Formats: sequence, C-alpha cells, structure tokens
Amino acid sequence: MSKSNFTRRGLLKTGAATGAGLALPTYLSAAAHEGYLNAPTGSTVTLGFNVPQSGPYADEGADELRAYELAVEHLNGGGDGGMLNTFSSKALQGNGILGKKVEYVTGDTQTKSDAARASAKSMIEKDGAIMITGGSSSGVAVAVQALCQEAGIIFMAGLTHSNDTTGKDRKANGFRHFFNSYMSGAALAPVLASNYGTDRKAYHLTADYNWGYTTEEAVRASTEAMGWETVAAVKTPLTQTDFSAYITPVLQSDADVLVLNHYGGNMVNSLTNAVQFGLREKMVNGKQFEIVVPLYSRLMAKGAGENVKGIFGSTNWHWSLQDEGSQAFVKSFGTKYGFPPSQAAHTCYVQALLYADAVERAGSFAPCAVAEALEGFEFDGMGNGPTLYRAEDHQCFKDVLVVKGKENPTSEFDLLEIVEVTPVDQVMYAPDHPQMGGAEASLGTCNNGA
Amino acid sequence: MEAIILQILNGLDKGSAYALIALGLTLIFGTLGVVNFAHGALFMIGAFCAVTLSRILTLSHTVIDESKTDFLGNPLKVDVPYVYDFFGQATGDAIIDWAVPLSILFAIPVMMLIGVVMERGLIKHFYKRPHADQILVTFGLAIVLQEVIKYFYGANPIPTPAPEAFTGSFDFGAMLGFDPNMIIYPYWRIIYFIFAAIIIGGVFAFLQFTTFGMVVRAGMADRETVKLLGINIDRRFTLMFGLAAAVAGLAGVMYTPINSPNYHMGMDFLVLSFVVVVVGGMGSLPGAVLAGFLLGTLESFASMGAVLEVLPGINQIVIYLVAIIILLTRPRGLMGRKGVMED
Repeated sequence: MSKSNFTRRGLLKTGAATGAGLALPTYLSAAAHEGYLNAPTGSTVTLGFNVPQSGPYADEGADELRAYELAVEHLNGGGDGGMLNTFSSKALQGNGILGKKVEYVTGDTQTKSDAARASAKSMIEKDGAIMITGGSSSGVAVAVQALCQEAGIIFMAGLTHSNDTTGKDRKANGFRHFFNSYMSGAALAPVLASNYGTDRKAYHLTADYNWGYTTEEAVRASTEAMGWETVAAVKTPLTQTDFSAYITPVLQSDADVLVLNHYGGNMVNSLTNAVQFGLREKMVNGKQFEIVVPLYSRLMAKGAGENVKGIFGSTNWHWSLQDEGSQAFVKSFGTKYGFPPSQAAHTCYVQALLYADAVERAGSFAPCAVAEALEGFEFDGMGNGPTLYRAEDHQCFKDVLVVKGKENPTSEFDLLEIVEVTPVDQVMYAPDHPQMGGAEASLGTCNNGA
Repeated sequence: MEAIILQILNGLDKGSAYALIALGLTLIFGTLGVVNFAHGALFMIGAFCAVTLSRILTLSHTVIDESKTDFLGNPLKVDVPYVYDFFGQATGDAIIDWAVPLSILFAIPVMMLIGVVMERGLIKHFYKRPHADQILVTFGLAIVLQEVIKYFYGANPIPTPAPEAFTGSFDFGAMLGFDPNMIIYPYWRIIYFIFAAIIIGGVFAFLQFTTFGMVVRAGMADRETVKLLGINIDRRFTLMFGLAAAVAGLAGVMYTPINSPNYHMGMDFLVLSFVVVVVGGMGSLPGAVLAGFLLGTLESFASMGAVLEVLPGINQIVIYLVAIIILLTRPRGLMGRKGVMED
C-alpha cells in the first residue's frame, strides 16, 4: 500500500506559510514608504523599551521601565513635566513627538544577548518600534546596538559601562548617555591619590567578561599613571558566588588596596567576602588596607548592606544631586513611585527625552536625520551639567561623580555620598584612544533601514 | 605555607555547603530513587526562611519624625519595629541581631513541611516514571520556586548579616605560631563548618542508631523485602524527604551571612552538588560527604594565583576534570555501591 505525503490539509498549511513568507518583506517595506523603516503613519509613534524584566538584573530593569513610563507621560504632556522644564533645548512641547502621541512596547532582555536581540527584533518587526532603548549590561548593549544598526533603527543605550559600547563596537545608529570605564578610572584616580597616597600596591579582582576587562584596564592605567603599582590581577568567573578562594591570596600578597572590578551580584558577594576576611581592618606596609569598587550602583549597594561604608567608587548620577534638573526628576519620580530613582532610571529617562528632542529638532523620525541631530548636540539641565553628545563616537561627555559608601545613612536610599564631581575635561579622551579601539574603531554609516 | 592552610580552610568551608546539599540529594536518591533537581531550590528557600524571619522581626509601624526630612523634603517617616514596643529597644535590637541563628528553629518545621508537601503532592506521582521525567519535573519545580521567591523578594541580593558577635575574624596564624594577621578566618565560616559537621553527624547517628534509621537503611537496601515484612516504608521515606529538605534548608539558613541570598543561589549550587553526588557514588551517604569536602578543597586550591599562572582557567573546570577522571577510573564513584542506578 502506498501512502502519499500530500494531503489537502498539509497543502493548505504549506501554502499559507509560503504566502505569509512572501508577504513579509512587502509588509516590512510597506512601512518604509517614507524612506525609512517603521515610519509612523497614524497619530501615534511606538518606542521599544528593551530592559531586563527577569534574571539577576530584574530590579534594575524594573526601575528603568518606571523611568521610561515617566518619560512617556511627560512627553505626552502628563504629570509635572519633570526634566522637560529644565532641559536646555525647548523643542519638546509636551504634545508627543512631532505631534504624535507616544506609545510603547516592552521586551525582556533577560540580561542575555540572544534573548535581548530576539526581543528587540520582535519589537521592530511586529510592533513597529521606531527606536529601541534600555538594557543593563554591556554584552547586551553591544549585541542590540549591532542589531539596530543592521535593521536601521536608532538604539539609545541604557546602563552600559564598558568602553566597547562606544569604543571598538561603536555604531552609527547607537548612542550612549551613560559614562564608561575610562571615565571611571580617570575620575577615581585623583581622589584615590589624595585619600590613599600615591605609593600604593593594588590587587585587582576582575569579572571575567568584556566589562570587567575594560574596567580593569582603565583603572590600572589611571592609577599606575599616578604612581600606584599593580601587584596582581586575577580574573574571577562571572558565575562565582563565594569569593573566599580569591580573597585569601590577597591576605598573603603585599597589596594594600583591593580593586573589585565586579558589578551586580558579583560586587555584592566579593565585597561582603572581603569585609568578612577582615581586609578593612588590616594594616599592610604600615598603611590601612583599602577596598575600591570602580562602578557603584545604589540598587546593588543595598545588597551589600553595611559593607559599603567608606568605600570609594564612581557613578553616573545620584538622586542627592542638587542641580535643578536632578531635583525635578527626583521630584516627579519620587511622587509617582514613592522612592528616589536609580542611576539606571536616570540614564534611561534622559535617553528617551534626548531621542524625542532630536526627532523634534530634525523634524523627522528618519534614523539618519535623528542621528545627525544628536551628533555634536550640547545640552544642559539633565542632571550632569553641560553635556556633549560627541559626533565621533556617540558618547556623552559630562561630569562624573566619585562617591563613597555613607557612614551614617539616614534611610535605605541614602547609601552613597558624593565625594567629588569630576569635571568633564578630566575624563575627556580622544575618539581614537587605544582603550577605545584605537584608530580602527569606526561608526560605519548610518542606516535608515529601507 | 600560610596560603595552603588558608585554602584548606576555604575548601573545608565550601565543602561543608556542598556536603550538606549532596547529603540531602543522596538521602532522597537512596530512599526514593528520585533524582531531585529541586534540591538547590530547597537550599535557597532555607536561606529565604532566614530572610523572612528577619523581616518578621523587623515588622514596623511608622512614626513621623518632624525634625528630619526625606528625599522629597517631606517629614521623615521612621520605621519602628514592633519588637521595640514589646521588649524595649535593647532587647529588640538583640533579637533582630540574632535573626539568623533564630531562623534555624523557624526553618526546621517549615522545610520539613515543604519537603513532605513536595513529595506527597508532586514527586510521588513520578516514582514509576523514567529518571528523565523525574529530572524534568523537579527541574521545572525548581524554576517555579525560584520565580515565586523572586516575585515576593525581588531579584537583588538581600543582606542578612550574622550576629554582631560573630562578624570578626579569628587569627589562626597567631595560635599556630605564624605572624599575626596572616592566617585569619571569619568566625561565621568557622561556625558554618562546625554546624555542618554537627548536622552531618546527626543524620548519620539518626540512621545508624535509631530503629527508624535502621528500617530506612533496610528499605534503601531492599525495599520489597521490608514491605513484605509489613512495614509502611513509603511513609518513612516521605519523612526522609522532609528530613533531606530540612538539611538543605538549614544549609541555606546558615549560608545567608556568607553571601547575601538571592533567588538564584540554589541553581549556583545545584550542578556542583550533583557532581559531588556522582563523584561520591550514587546513593552513598559517606561518599557524598567525602566528595563534598574533596571537591571544595580542590576548587579552592585551583583558585590560587600560583596555580592559575601555570594553568590559566583551571579554577573554572577543575571540579569537572576531577569528576571525569574519577568516573573513568571508578565508574561507581568513590564509595558507590554495586547495583545502584545500574538496572
């Protein structure tokens, strides 16, 4: 008996699938009749917020999402307007973007590059997002930025601190407001020198991935330049939870400073372990042993509890800043949610506003027009003082905060105190700096996606 | 020399956590024949018992302090724990300070209950199914438990410090005649090791010297015969599941001051614990304990700077490498019994 593989149902299924496949490119290019991908046609425009909603950075992602929702509210004319009132550019009127009401879709990056790319792709192709923003990891930022470049969509990076995002992996369609490893090193070094002296021996523990490497490189370069010696630099697995085996060798070395190039859960655990092993009470070479955490996050510092007290680090922004822009943002965020925003929330809120403003000034949602409006854009009133979106690498240049774990916190949010606001000139570097990918690093050409 | 002593201490400390989890896994496997991938989640829930108790102890009512302001400039709301009202501030502080040790008492019944409910409610239905099904269902359960904890407690680690009295370090070096401050070890980690030793000793004593334990051991060796003798072995095995859950839970409770607990901590231990069980020999309790300490110590030594210079990256693979070598030379593991998982 012979059995044919052709059935009426099977044929229909295959036919429908083929039809859908053939129709897809037309569907995508239909939206691109304005000369760019996902051109908004109705009275609304859709932004794509790609943040970690699950996984270890979910709390940070939740704060980013709160900030985006607040930004959308302000862009559409709701609430008290927040930073729209203090932003130096007055292009935004509170009537959406170019008169179109702002709507949004969200994706879950899970802090995994492939998941983040998949959710960004879905927001671009299915939801017609005109811009993608967010994220809480450099690995994710670099991956999503590359995807947006290929697709022809603007990417406004969220929290990403690795040099590579606007260094060797910079892209014409990608923009970063957050600071980077180089800036942390450059801002921290003088404060460390004035507090701990120039004759110090540093021991680095570094998270074994992209961000860890660039941070170690930056902090080593800037501390060695002022006379410190690096006695050892040990890479620790990203999945490590108990750091005791890495901390005990520090006890035996003649190092008198421990630099923890760790973020998130790694930072909480390595710092807690280091304090448990009595490193903070230790005297080496007649000097008090010190610990440094190059990148601080208040949300994460909370996990380390008492252990952060007195420890230096750097941060992009802190809610206790007294400038008008920060105050306005803290007020609208605090009133809406009942607690102060994190630095991740701040950078995401600012990125959303900067994008909207650039569209208004360009008079178009076309990615290349928006990119041109952002390149070389100088602004103020967003919480970090006068800021430049540099054209050569799409990195924001602004003052950097050096902070210290507060000795006597008055509330659960009051964990860090600002030690110094390092002026932007001190953290400036050439676009072809060796830490930034050197002369080969290039933005490539802007992609409109159609 | 100092470095070696320190890494041995590290290894014992790390090994005690591995051994406690592996012991529970082996108990379940040896009695019920189930490969329980949710065991790491039980460790995590134990840790969150400590978090929960310290939250209960710090339950507060708000008092408005007009003299201070919050971040928006409104009068500061100060949380005053109810224990202050009941016992006064000094005693209240002491109770809150001792939250982690107190959690042991809290965690034992909670974990036993969770264990029994898990066994009766879900795992029971998978006894006759292939091991692959058991692994899938318990792994799924682990993910569900993780997400439940994340929903209630968030994704960030929650600091749960040890009592003030145990926060410092003990100077072993000075005691052994080395230079002071060269070999110091945190008090709490020493306590963890002692605690683990007591629990492990307790479980062995229970199985070795009580009638209940004897019946369970008999059941592990030959379930059918014990049943034919008219003993309700299933009920005892359910209780053993509860006991294994409590052991994992206590390991978690005591671990909280070492690393701030988060919802994911169970998974970090799970894979390693399975390696420990396999290396020790499936179903062998002494094997699980021995392999736990052995692999813990090896991992610590592999993380030493001098070792890493010669073999970079060895710290990340050493456990698996040793597992492969042991399984190649002794396929049943270090102390594996004949006939276990060989049908």
